[in-house]
Amino acid sequence: MERLELSAELALDILKQAKQKGATAGDVMMAESDSSFVAVRLGDVDKVSQAQEKRLGIRLFFGASSASASTSDISTAAIERLVDDTCALARATAKDEYSGLPAPEALAKDLPDLDLDDGQNRAVSVDDKIRLALAAEKAALEFDPRITNSEGGEFSASAARVLYANSHGFTGEYHGSSYGVSVAPVASSNGSMQRDYWYSSQRKFARLEAPEAVGRRAAERALRRLGARKVKTRECPVVFDPEISANLLRHLSSALSGYALYKGASFLVGRLGEKIASENVTIVDDGTIPGALGSKPFDGEGLPTAKKTIVDRGVLRSYLLDTYSGKKMNLSSTGNASRGIGDSPGVGPLNFYLAAGAHAPEEIVASVDNGFYVTELMGFGVNLVTGDYSRGAAGIWIEKGQLAYPVEEVTIAGNLKEMLANIEMVGRDLEFRGRIAAPTLKLSRMTVAGN
Amino acid sequence: MAQEIIRAENFFDRRFGVTGHDVEKLLSQALARKADYADLYFEYRVNEGVSLEEGLVKQGSRSTSNGVGVRVLSEAKTGYAYTDDITIDNLALAARTAQAIAQNRSADVPVKVGGERVAAHDLYPVKTPPTDVALEKKTALLYEIDRLARSLDARVKNVFVSFASEEKIVLVASSKGWLAGDIQPLGRLNVTVIAEERGNRQVGTYGGGGRVAFDFFLDKNNYERFTREAVRQAILNLEAEDAPAGTMDVVLGPGWPGILLHEAIGHGLEGDFNRKKVSAFSERIGQKVASELCTVVDDGTLPSRRGSLNLDDEGTPTQRTVLIDKGILRGYLQDRLNAGLMKMAPTGNGRRESYAHIPMPRMTNTFMLAGESAPEDIIRSVKKGLYAVSFGGGQVDITNGKFVFSASEAYLIEDGRIGRPVKGATLIGNGPDVLTRVSMVGHDLKLDEGVGTCGKDGQSVPVGVGLPTIRIDGLTVGGTAAENK
Repeated sequence: MERLELSAELALDILKQAKQKGATAGDVMMAESDSSFVAVRLGDVDKVSQAQEKRLGIRLFFGASSASASTSDISTAAIERLVDDTCALARATAKDEYSGLPAPEALAKDLPDLDLDDGQNRAVSVDDKIRLALAAEKAALEFDPRITNSEGGEFSASAARVLYANSHGFTGEYHGSSYGVSVAPVASSNGSMQRDYWYSSQRKFARLEAPEAVGRRAAERALRRLGARKVKTRECPVVFDPEISANLLRHLSSALSGYALYKGASFLVGRLGEKIASENVTIVDDGTIPGALGSKPFDGEGLPTAKKTIVDRGVLRSYLLDTYSGKKMNLSSTGNASRGIGDSPGVGPLNFYLAAGAHAPEEIVASVDNGFYVTELMGFGVNLVTGDYSRGAAGIWIEKGQLAYPVEEVTIAGNLKEMLANIEMVGRDLEFRGRIAAPTLKLSRMTVAGN
Repeated sequence: MAQEIIRAENFFDRRFGVTGHDVEKLLSQALARKADYADLYFEYRVNEGVSLEEGLVKQGSRSTSNGVGVRVLSEAKTGYAYTDDITIDNLALAARTAQAIAQNRSADVPVKVGGERVAAHDLYPVKTPPTDVALEKKTALLYEIDRLARSLDARVKNVFVSFASEEKIVLVASSKGWLAGDIQPLGRLNVTVIAEERGNRQVGTYGGGGRVAFDFFLDKNNYERFTREAVRQAILNLEAEDAPAGTMDVVLGPGWPGILLHEAIGHGLEGDFNRKKVSAFSERIGQKVASELCTVVDDGTLPSRRGSLNLDDEGTPTQRTVLIDKGILRGYLQDRLNAGLMKMAPTGNGRRESYAHIPMPRMTNTFMLAGESAPEDIIRSVKKGLYAVSFGGGQVDITNGKFVFSASEAYLIEDGRIGRPVKGATLIGNGPDVLTRVSMVGHDLKLDEGVGTCGKDGQSVPVGVGLPTIRIDGLTVGGTAAENK
């Protein structure tokens, strides 16, 4: 069977076919990608993987009923089957008066050039990738004699093309590249081992951190865990390093999702306009930052991805919504429709960050007399319905303003409502290492459980 | 099973025009640089999902994927390439890409496949896979569950039901000459309930499934029980108090709490981590890692189970592997690469999420064998502690051995009696140490309902766990109520 090229014409043609079969509206999302990764371990190549993929997904409406389907088989016959399958599915679902495409006038008009693709994906050869992964691992292995083993270094690259079209006549397309380098060294002393990890991830090859710097940082992180112990159970101040702060923000973004809210499955139901965090907290979502990992010119429904303040000095100003979840709450979409190929839209943050504060991270640590600097979290102990939070943690104990000794096998617990209210200091060390970013944070107290 | 091989073989031939002769040629190309081993993994997969919320089946979706992964091994090196465009030219390109890891050029090595048939199991003879059952039957079940959940308690405010099903047709051809195919059905029903009382909102969730026909779910003992359980948990959580914080004796109920074994023991015994010596269990075979009461196995051969497979994703038949025998560490879980490098036998644990992923050692169904204690006696033996009967997810750091898992239903134990329910708390411990603290094992071994999915290195695969009631002396419980200490 002949494989078809992905194009706006193909998308519009599929929508036409669907209309002939009775669909009243619909949209098509298509993507193709070129991806590769290499893994090295102890100075030798471990894995090399390369692939090209294409996928096509459609959503069709029959009045107020709808369904979605997708296929990796992009041939005329498979597409015909896909449309038929989707029609059959849609007939089995209920009418939902809130369903539908966004209003035509709301769709993105001038698609901004967000500088998401550096065009270098094919220029970086497999040998280059191997060389970079080896350099990162070597820097970790040579950093200290206590780095005795490694789970390896990796380099990954991908370039993707995304197309979206809907029956209002919208068509849009964008390209994005991404690169990542990471290392996971193992440190050991006195018969006990600790592993840690560091990475750099960017849309542009030239912006990646030097592999040597990534390797050294990974080694430092593994080394500082050696000799970790448990502490006594207590309540105390807790400092989150930026990775852990970003994790807190990830939970918050899930609780702000329109789908969680209209279902009553979020602790933030009905809090719009109210104070939900300390006044030190301002949170922004912005899909238009040039070259950023979470940027895109339009969302999963063809809507603009403008910058918006979500939390303004502690006050909740906006939820994260797509058209459907917005309608359910009598609000407009915030341009946060996120879409897997062949899924109906969900909601996701774009570039979602907690704005930098005034304090140097050292200053924050120095303000704690006796508390816990958290550098690692484990497990899934977060209940977004109630905000209850209890997770495994590791990090460094703070004594009299100094990082004193490593800690492991403890949990930190609280409730997200109180945790947000208890953010006492915000670091100035905001750095975009991923789509979700936050600086060092100090929470006035949490329960630390150990011995 | 022989029929299944033929069916899977014919399936890819008929659908994509890739013949046995093509497969032999591709494997021989893949081996061209003195590689040790090559295999092809063909996969065709259909996934379907229907879900209900607010009393309506609003969503239906169906996806179809197919692709081929080509793997070449040369000592410890793996070359991998995959394509979702199954044509001979693309496969030949993938074979050349994958063999780039092997350095020394030599002539094509002739490969003959299909001479040797893999003797596999027949663990899930499902006539009609759940993906092929009429949608109306599925939506009718979802509506019935919604009605039932709401009728059970007036405090039930919202009900979410989803039914996900999958059919996977796979074919593995290796340069060692074997050809193995399988057809793998999978279904999972999930019920989530939100209950509300005086502004207090709580969630309860329950479900189950396996490699079963759709009729399994229509059985009242299944869908009705799942629904009652979800409602019961949500209502119970309305009364739950803050969980305690600190170290205490913990009793784990039977079934799904077996996630303890998966996290604390299972991952640390996977062959890749042990070959690389980065596991807290590295080089500890023959040593005592658990109390004598503990025997733990991984068994991929249990009929109809979510974690079971007739053969793993490298074509090796699954088996029952003893990991811990009366407290002594006995075995690792192996795929072909790591078994070969460690000079051990593959154990049928080489699994992958899809054709786009490289196989690695993974668990199937991991559980502890039953002991002799009565569950009531185990509870009665604890003066002050925690009784945890249901869990959310868990995680482990295989290098330092620390693991966590989060309770979704737990009670205080006071003077040997089950007391007040407490909110979900995370339990944390050390893998190589935790089973040495098991002081009682119940006679009530139970396997989970069939809901587990395990993530490792970005790959998700369905798994099962099981446990009898056990007592663990001294485990850290991570609640918020620290003032009692």
